[in-house]
Amino acid sequence: MTTSELTPPQAPMDAAERAARDGSGRRRLMGAGKQMHAGPVTYVVLAVFALVSLAPLLWTVVAASRTNQRLAETPPPLWIGGNLFKNLQSAWEEGGLGTAMVNSTIVAGTITVGTVLFSTLAGFAFAKLRFKFSNVLLLLTIGTMMIPPQLAVVPLYLWMSELGWSNQLQTVILPTLVSAFGTFFMRQYLIQALPSELIEAARVDGASSLRIVWHVVFPAARPAMAVLGLLTFVMAWNDFLWPIIALNQQNPTVQVALNSLGTGYVPDQAVIMAGALLGTLPLLIAFLLFGKQIVGGIMQGAIKG
Amino acid sequence: MTSSKQALARTAPSADAAPGSQPGAARRAHGRGTPPPGPGSWRSRLYRWDMKASPYAFVAPFFIFFGAFGLIPLLYTAWYSLHNVQLSNLDQQTWVGLDNYKNLMSSDFFWGALQNTFTIGVISTVPQLLMAIGIAHLLNYKLRGSTLWRVVMLTPYATSVAAATLVFVLLYSWDGGMINWLLHFVGVDAINWRESTWGSQFAVSSIVIWRWTGYNALIYLAAMQAIPSDLYESAALDGAGRWQQFRHVTIPMLRPTILFTVVVSTIGATQLFGEPLLFGGVSGSKGGSEHQYQTLGLYMYDQGWIIGNLGKASAIAWTMFLILLIVAAINLLITRRLRKTQ
Repeated sequence: MTTSELTPPQAPMDAAERAARDGSGRRRLMGAGKQMHAGPVTYVVLAVFALVSLAPLLWTVVAASRTNQRLAETPPPLWIGGNLFKNLQSAWEEGGLGTAMVNSTIVAGTITVGTVLFSTLAGFAFAKLRFKFSNVLLLLTIGTMMIPPQLAVVPLYLWMSELGWSNQLQTVILPTLVSAFGTFFMRQYLIQALPSELIEAARVDGASSLRIVWHVVFPAARPAMAVLGLLTFVMAWNDFLWPIIALNQQNPTVQVALNSLGTGYVPDQAVIMAGALLGTLPLLIAFLLFGKQIVGGIMQGAIKG
Repeated sequence: MTSSKQALARTAPSADAAPGSQPGAARRAHGRGTPPPGPGSWRSRLYRWDMKASPYAFVAPFFIFFGAFGLIPLLYTAWYSLHNVQLSNLDQQTWVGLDNYKNLMSSDFFWGALQNTFTIGVISTVPQLLMAIGIAHLLNYKLRGSTLWRVVMLTPYATSVAAATLVFVLLYSWDGGMINWLLHFVGVDAINWRESTWGSQFAVSSIVIWRWTGYNALIYLAAMQAIPSDLYESAALDGAGRWQQFRHVTIPMLRPTILFTVVVSTIGATQLFGEPLLFGGVSGSKGGSEHQYQTLGLYMYDQGWIIGNLGKASAIAWTMFLILLIVAAINLLITRRLRKTQ
């Protein structure tokens, strides 16, 4: 695989931005398909897809507010019942969602800080610094995205057991602390966002590399760091395979707790739905607040976690 | 990104102020283009060393962590795949050569899992990407509240495999499930989404489709917005209608992006794990009572951590990797062919 094949097609923000800026005048005149105003059919079709996107989430709230018995009856409930808080409490206490939320916050938070920090440093080096083997190293970095996580889990599991780290949070954090995608993402951003003259000027003034990173690179990278941070948090919060293997029910992340809720022998569906709701809530809130930034980040070419 | 420009404007002075208390004076004394301290001094040596070493220091964390937790384990997995390693007795590892692989090749469950992975992969990836292109095309029109539409389409991406699957389990349940209830309005008999082979595979695929369609739509949308508008202009001048413009301008220009999403989705489909695991509930790791939706990822987990044969699990992991490489190679060949024919 060469870089160009693995590289998300460049959709430089400034191209989109430029199009949006001068588009309004020029675009409307041309009448080419791409620039057309949406007709009513477009809105209807989009509304259907939007409904399909949201319905399962909305219905989770409905199901989480009912009783197990009601959920088994035939016309399924379509509106909110009165058991929401009771079910949330059961999920929090009996399902271990309380510990799990704290654990997931620690895990996803640490992974996010590490990934953003290390990706910015490496991205800056690949974007702006000249050093031997930089091209080879960059290709290697991108190439690692091809390696499935399944290939590492058996040895990791064995080593972590040997270290006595089974069921401890660092087991989940350490292998996920860096990201090839993050590195590449920051590189693409910094190539454009960080003028080389700025670095040269700082060099001329005798600034050390660390000073340059702190005073020039970090401020310039801040918007991309925020987007990468959000994407990383979503991925880390939702990570499933490795936490399920590495952690047990005593010290779970949210996903591990949800898994044990779902595979219980006497499942209380309403409580399971309350758990699913709790486990997704932090991300839904993040979406409500930063949806625009997350969308922008994906559109720059994100990768499946 | 206006904020980045503001950030830059704010940085410029602080970059100037960085070296010491009197940056201006230092610059005047040494002139532009020369490092401030004279050659041979320890400061200039330090400076040169910093210039040389810091790029490596900056990329080092990635390679150290990736090496320790990605590359070395990958090689060890190959090593373990040639051993008998039992979960119940981790210290005793005996060399068995290719036995684990031979074992796989003669196992019906392995071939079943391979077939299920392929089927579920195709019925989740193909409709997903087709719908994503359609949605992207619609989102590319001038829309009222365009950001809101995009955010809504992406919301399923924020839902974890676990949460999403648990909801779909209920939606697909045999009695009292929303989907069977809706089907009876159009005169379709209730379908046993858990036990029937195609029903369960469809159900598992639908979870994947639900979570990833919006995400792929945004990637296509980004690529569509990067298509120069004069291409559409000249197509329109040649008398191409909207559909023809879509077919002859948009799709060809999207080809690299489509290839990218196909590769990424294929990788994702090969590793499919969480959806079938949770869809099965108690019998999750088996992929249903008859293994009807057991994927390779699930098979590996089942063999390794439920049955406890980590050596065999390692062999499955490496087999999955080889399959991925073959798929990637086929992808590459197809692209080459496409490029030549153009």
